[in-house]
Amino acid sequence: MAYVTKSPWVVHYDGSSCNGCDIEVLACLTPMYDVERFGIINTGNPKHADVFLVTGSVNEQNKDVVKQIYDQMPEPKVVVAVGICACSGGVFRDCYNILGGVDTVIPVDCYVPGCAARPEAIIDGVVKGLGVLEAKRAAMLENPPAKAEVAEEAIGEPAEAAEEIEEGGNS
Amino acid sequence: MGTILFLIFFPMIIAFVLLAAKSDKARDMIVYISTAIIAGVSIVVAVQYFGAGEKFFPAHTHVVGYLMMAVEIGLAIYIIFTGIKHKKYLASLLAIIQTPLMIWFELGTGHEIESQANMYIDKLSIIMILIIGIIGSLICVYALGYMKDFQHHHAGEKDRRPWFFFVMFLFLGAMVGLVTSNNMIWMYFFWEITSLSSFWLIGYTRTGEAINNSFRALIMNLFGGLGFVIGIIILGNIFGTVELSTMLLYGSVYGDLVAIPAAFFAFAGITKAAQMPFNSWLLGAMVAPTPTSALLHSSTMVKAGVFLIIKLAPVLGINNFAGLMVMMVGGITFLFASCAAISQNNAKRVLAYSTIANLGLIVACGGVGTPEAVWAGIMLIIFHAITKSLLFLCVGTAEHHIGSRMIEDMDGLFVRMPKVAMFMIIGIAGMFLAPFGMLISKWATMTSFVDSGNFILVGIICFGSAVTAFYWLKWMGKLSAVVAGETDIEQSVHKSETFVHMTLAILTVVVCLIFPLISLYALVPYLEGVFGGVTDGLLSSSNMIIMVIMLAVLVLLAAMFFGKSKKSEVPIYLSGVNTGDNRTYYGSMQKEVQFTLRNWHMESIFGEHRMNVIGDVLNVAVLVVGIGAVVATLISLLGGVA
Amino acid sequence: MVFRIISVVAYLVLAPILGCLLAGLDRKLSAKMQRRVGPPILQPYYDVRKLFEKEKQSPTRFQDFYIIAYLVFLIGAGAIFFAGGDLLLVIFTETIGSAFLIIAAYSSNSPYAEVGAERELLQMMAYEPMMLLTAVGFYMFHGSFTVHDLISPDRMAFLPMIGLFLGFLYILTIKFRKSPFDLSMSHHAHQELVRGITTEFVGRTMGWIEISHWYENVFILGFIFLFFTNGSVAGCVIGALVCIAAYFLEVLIDNCFARMKWQFAFKSAWIAAIVLGMVNIFILQLMF
Repeated sequence: MAYVTKSPWVVHYDGSSCNGCDIEVLACLTPMYDVERFGIINTGNPKHADVFLVTGSVNEQNKDVVKQIYDQMPEPKVVVAVGICACSGGVFRDCYNILGGVDTVIPVDCYVPGCAARPEAIIDGVVKGLGVLEAKRAAMLENPPAKAEVAEEAIGEPAEAAEEIEEGGNS
Repeated sequence: MGTILFLIFFPMIIAFVLLAAKSDKARDMIVYISTAIIAGVSIVVAVQYFGAGEKFFPAHTHVVGYLMMAVEIGLAIYIIFTGIKHKKYLASLLAIIQTPLMIWFELGTGHEIESQANMYIDKLSIIMILIIGIIGSLICVYALGYMKDFQHHHAGEKDRRPWFFFVMFLFLGAMVGLVTSNNMIWMYFFWEITSLSSFWLIGYTRTGEAINNSFRALIMNLFGGLGFVIGIIILGNIFGTVELSTMLLYGSVYGDLVAIPAAFFAFAGITKAAQMPFNSWLLGAMVAPTPTSALLHSSTMVKAGVFLIIKLAPVLGINNFAGLMVMMVGGITFLFASCAAISQNNAKRVLAYSTIANLGLIVACGGVGTPEAVWAGIMLIIFHAITKSLLFLCVGTAEHHIGSRMIEDMDGLFVRMPKVAMFMIIGIAGMFLAPFGMLISKWATMTSFVDSGNFILVGIICFGSAVTAFYWLKWMGKLSAVVAGETDIEQSVHKSETFVHMTLAILTVVVCLIFPLISLYALVPYLEGVFGGVTDGLLSSSNMIIMVIMLAVLVLLAAMFFGKSKKSEVPIYLSGVNTGDNRTYYGSMQKEVQFTLRNWHMESIFGEHRMNVIGDVLNVAVLVVGIGAVVATLISLLGGVA
Repeated sequence: MVFRIISVVAYLVLAPILGCLLAGLDRKLSAKMQRRVGPPILQPYYDVRKLFEKEKQSPTRFQDFYIIAYLVFLIGAGAIFFAGGDLLLVIFTETIGSAFLIIAAYSSNSPYAEVGAERELLQMMAYEPMMLLTAVGFYMFHGSFTVHDLISPDRMAFLPMIGLFLGFLYILTIKFRKSPFDLSMSHHAHQELVRGITTEFVGRTMGWIEISHWYENVFILGFIFLFFTNGSVAGCVIGALVCIAAYFLEVLIDNCFARMKWQFAFKSAWIAAIVLGMVNIFILQLMF
């Protein structure tokens, strides 16, 4: 088992979120949910991060920022789109400046829908992402110099994964 | 004897030749050849007298005495007239007081005193001669290229380079004379020549500022010279001698009495070594071309001051007023000059404050006066001479190429001038990091201070070292930053400059590697000669070996890993979007913003003015109490005799 | 001699294990203080293993050299300590190590790394006098700078050096990078200077830095231990217990205070060094 799954460090970016999901992300860090149990730390530095949490949809202004944060994270890495806006654009989808979900700019590995996404669902999403991380790590070992490109294989249909998490969150 | 006299007179003769040589080519040739000779002969002197221990030369001749007197009178007249011409009447006044005083003594009491040995050489003199001969020569070679650029930058002004080189060489000759004089009257003569030479060098550019600063240096040094004269008069009248060696000999019996003239000599040393409150002259000297600063700071002038104090060390110490005065002045200067360096941005001023601080440490070592302290003091002199000249010469070259001597403008020097930056980094590391010389000496200093039982000095060095690390490291950081998108502009550096940098950088490392040998074969015999008996408590040999191993490890690591990395190079994190050049990011409204990085100067805590005022006030108090106590002893003594 | 070699080897092998466990305990304790479950004790170990699994990146090709030098000298400082070497040499070697870390951060020319480096410099300036004074205190009390002599003296240094001990505890907060003085690396308040001095250290570079912290923490606790040794087993036990207590205290402080400004960190550390350290040195001088 790769150690990366035992110590996923998170960088959190607020796209054009209404801050609802952001507050839920922060709620995960509180004693109530205590994500540090899983070794999760909020680093605030993409260069140290393994998991990229994006809340809110992507617009013309921030698409480069999202792209660069993603690029600056060393492999292996996963992207978790938190909240319905990050998954698909949500209610803002048709706004003139909105490109859509995060997956319009960078490859997303896990979708956590919800408005706002509940902390349980976010945690579940990150834990799901760990499986992807492990797969990517394995791919990296097989093929060291090339950037791991297993994102699509490792997870099924985005919608499927999303549903699973929704259930997990509600149970 | 002959070789020593050669080292005194040869540079002086060359000085006059250079005064006549007007063409660049002739000057280059003369300087290259003569510096090679000077460096060579100084090594010959070292080899010749190394085994001999202490050696005295009678050099009896009244002609020399009268000749010196004549030159002194000439110089005094010159100072009086220049002082009046530039409305610096204090300089004239000091010359009017001290020269007649000296002549009166020489023709009166001094005339009856027969000096047994006017000159001498021992291991300390040999070390000083090597410093003067090798480092001084290197600086002169460097000056050739530098002064060409300097003249180029100041096109349209009169070419006064013959004069510049004249004074530089005069300086070297006078310094050799100073460190080999046993007769204090002779030493005073050379002492005055160095004061005057520095006055000429500082005023070289003849701008208003330069002239002002040169007079400040002259006045402060004449003030010290006055102390020197008083010291000689007391020595002559009470002890009936003018010899340094005899004075030190009496010191072992009449310690308290000898402390009286010693206090005045030490005062002269303090002014020359630019201790607070006299530090402003050395800062003012920064207006001069860089080789001047390098020469003043590393091998000549200020080293004359600390040399005298180190010579006097046996009669100083914690038990008498003179010793207490000297160690406190040195300690206080070390602490506050180090603090003041933090607030400085001008590289030359940082170097100046660092020199003042290190001289303070040497002065304090001399004041403590134990063999361990003197060991540390001499080590400081050696390492400081090499490293500081390297740093000054690097800053000088950088200044001519990037057009600024500000540290904050040295962004990306690592990319723009890789060699100069590397040499500068070696120099800075040499000033404060562990396996290098200055730290070794500082370590020994700390041990000797603890042993001396002066807990204030212990505190001073603990705090002072922390401060020292701060200002050097932030400068080193600035140099080592790899700024993207800069181009290498180093091709236009004169070959002679690079040669000198390289030699000094190698010396910095080599002297650190062989310092246990220097200690074993030069310092320990010297200390045994001066203090008698075997000295223990110096840095233990196992520690010295560890230091040498550390240096070797560092060199090895650098050879193996420096600049080598298998990692893929990635852009830096700029929190917004790095545009890709590592220097600009997209700010709000997608506007490109270039960032600049600036160091901390902590003006509110370590402001230059504030540190100087505190240091000056404390040191003036120490000097007043110290000199006051000495004068009181003298008066009570004279009263007792009467 | 053999004993010294064994001691150094033991340090090289055991210190990272001990340091790692201490770091894990630290996080667990902090979690408990905040009524959380917290990560497993071995979490720091997982973190480092993970960092070594990451892609190799570096902002410049010079960073590696500085980091290697940092590691060698920092670990070397501890090795000198456990070989029974000179306390001052230990401090100086540690300083050169820290210097390389700072230069490594500077070399990236990244704003966040540089701000962190400057603050690290400030922290160094804040704690260095107290470290040196502590070593001087040991020398004045026991007549030797070498750890070899300090480890089995005939009397305990604690009471006569209580001022120095308290002063050392004060700067221990800076050395352990605990709030309120975690200015340069910001373990907790991440967002304002990203990760400070470590911002540009990626993957295994960061892993090495974590490991060197484990080494560093262990030999700094060794300083505390020296206050209590008196040649007897009881002294060693007390020393070990106080080391644990000091570590607990630092964790408690970490959880009780918000981060202070650099001015406070610097001034208070110097005032502690002057009031507690210098006065204690003066008293030691009167005593001996």
